[in-house]
Amino acid sequence: MQGVFFLTAITSIAAVALICIFLFYNGVPAIAEIGFFDFVGGQQWAPTNQPPSYGIFCMIVGSIYVTAGAIIIGVPIGILTAVFLARFCPAPLYKIIKPATELLAGIPSIVYGFFGLMVVVPFIRDTFGGNGSSLLAASVVLGIMILPTIIGVSESAIRAVPEPYYEGSLALGATRERSVFRVMLPASKSGILAGVVLGIGRAIGETMAVILIAGNQVQIPTSLTEGVRTLTANIVLEMGYSTGLHRQALIATGVVLFVFILLITLSMQAIKSRSEKNG
Amino acid sequence: MDDKEIKEIAAINKITFAQRMREYKRKPLSLVMFILVVLAAALSVLALVFLIVYILVMGVPNLTPDLFAWEYNSDNVSCMPAIINTVVITLLTLVIAVPFGIGAAIYLSEYAKRGNKLVKVIRTMAETLSGIPSIVYGLFGMLCFVTAFSWGYSILAGAFTLAIMVLPTIMRTTEEALIAVPDSYREGSFGLGAGKLRTVVKTVLPSAMPGILAGVILAIGRIVGETAALIYTAGSTTGLVDGVMDSGRTLAIHMYMLANEGLHTNQAWGTAVVLLVLVLGINTLSSFIAKKLSSKK
Repeated sequence: MQGVFFLTAITSIAAVALICIFLFYNGVPAIAEIGFFDFVGGQQWAPTNQPPSYGIFCMIVGSIYVTAGAIIIGVPIGILTAVFLARFCPAPLYKIIKPATELLAGIPSIVYGFFGLMVVVPFIRDTFGGNGSSLLAASVVLGIMILPTIIGVSESAIRAVPEPYYEGSLALGATRERSVFRVMLPASKSGILAGVVLGIGRAIGETMAVILIAGNQVQIPTSLTEGVRTLTANIVLEMGYSTGLHRQALIATGVVLFVFILLITLSMQAIKSRSEKNG
Repeated sequence: MDDKEIKEIAAINKITFAQRMREYKRKPLSLVMFILVVLAAALSVLALVFLIVYILVMGVPNLTPDLFAWEYNSDNVSCMPAIINTVVITLLTLVIAVPFGIGAAIYLSEYAKRGNKLVKVIRTMAETLSGIPSIVYGLFGMLCFVTAFSWGYSILAGAFTLAIMVLPTIMRTTEEALIAVPDSYREGSFGLGAGKLRTVVKTVLPSAMPGILAGVILAIGRIVGETAALIYTAGSTTGLVDGVMDSGRTLAIHMYMLANEGLHTNQAWGTAVVLLVLVLGINTLSSFIAKKLSSKK
């Protein structure tokens, strides 16, 4: 029986291997045919033109912008909320707020997207002009979406700091807040960093919510209210009708996204092993 | 130190409201930080409350009998076929993923030797899997199951794709549940003459069952809410699926189609309520079971 259990255990290795093989086998030839630098650095994405051009630079920048926006909005709020939950929250209130942040994690991305489309986009259209579907809308909604990740990981990182650190700081005459922000947070920074990296991974891979609210124009946005297209959106939007090299170029877009995610996972594991060594 | 002593020390550490205000007067930055912290927490909760209440208010009036008609047509845009498809694809996914997930967890916690290099690789791979975005799973499912296996857009292709996606979730929660089973159970079983397999199946697994169940329910929540992994594997055909090789849309894809077309906004709100209540209900059930388990100990 041990053999059977062993076989089931290596399915995850097999799955990662299969995903790599299928993506790279289908995507890499397209990158080779288009030319690596034309593909990654090209600013023109016009697969239906004659001759077609397949440059995904705008989408790479789009993904990075949207992720950065989500981080700018989500990380400060997330860390401060984690501080509140870990240090300042009265017990009865904790019983309400903690499950609430967990619920936020469970809401499907399509529901976030629809909410963004019906509420955030019109709000931005009326307040800041433009047509509403924009970098700003995507950043706000993604910022909310990564909140539970940041809160959860940061809170447990802050809780993992030994209590004497806090008490020692209080005994030296620091206020509660000073103790938390100058002693507890620095002591838990690698855990919090892991949470932020996890949030980056979620934001960069998010698809359905972004498609509905980001506008999806292939351009490098010059203002927050302009539309933007991410790597993920590019795949879903055009996969349905694409053929030939166009289709392969979309798979290659997935390969680029996959490589981004692998880099993020690697840095995540590096942070983890470093903190294990130190702890 | 007994309890009374600890309480007295805590009372010394506790400062009164007036003292705190005096302290804040000397150190206004601390007050600012405190206000910021409370504001951020309020904002997080408010975002959730606003989202849920808004969707309920807009959606509940649209929960008409038409929305739950058995047959889909472009007038009623019924979500009933999509709900049934979701149930079918969920069951299919679990049938594939649960045996593998539990088997892998049993290997990791019961059979593998400590410090085994392969175990480390398996954990790293499972972690990698859980970090892969669902659209990449969708692409892989399309290339592997839909195209290479020539299953076409089908419930089966969707279920296999989702099974790989939820595998790390089931593996991790099951492993945690197995590790939480006290060693005395195993020793007792060995002492009574049971073999390794018998011990695992008859003693360890049953006592870990609630934890495993919580993990499986969590996986169901992910399956029900998933869109990007399914759109190019299970497809987006309306209507009830007719066997596992048939294409059909789940509720989440139905929701995406309605939102994207923008023609049936009212029905989209109604569908959003159904989806939201379903997924939140499933997740609450999962954490309820998990909490009940931890309070028993």
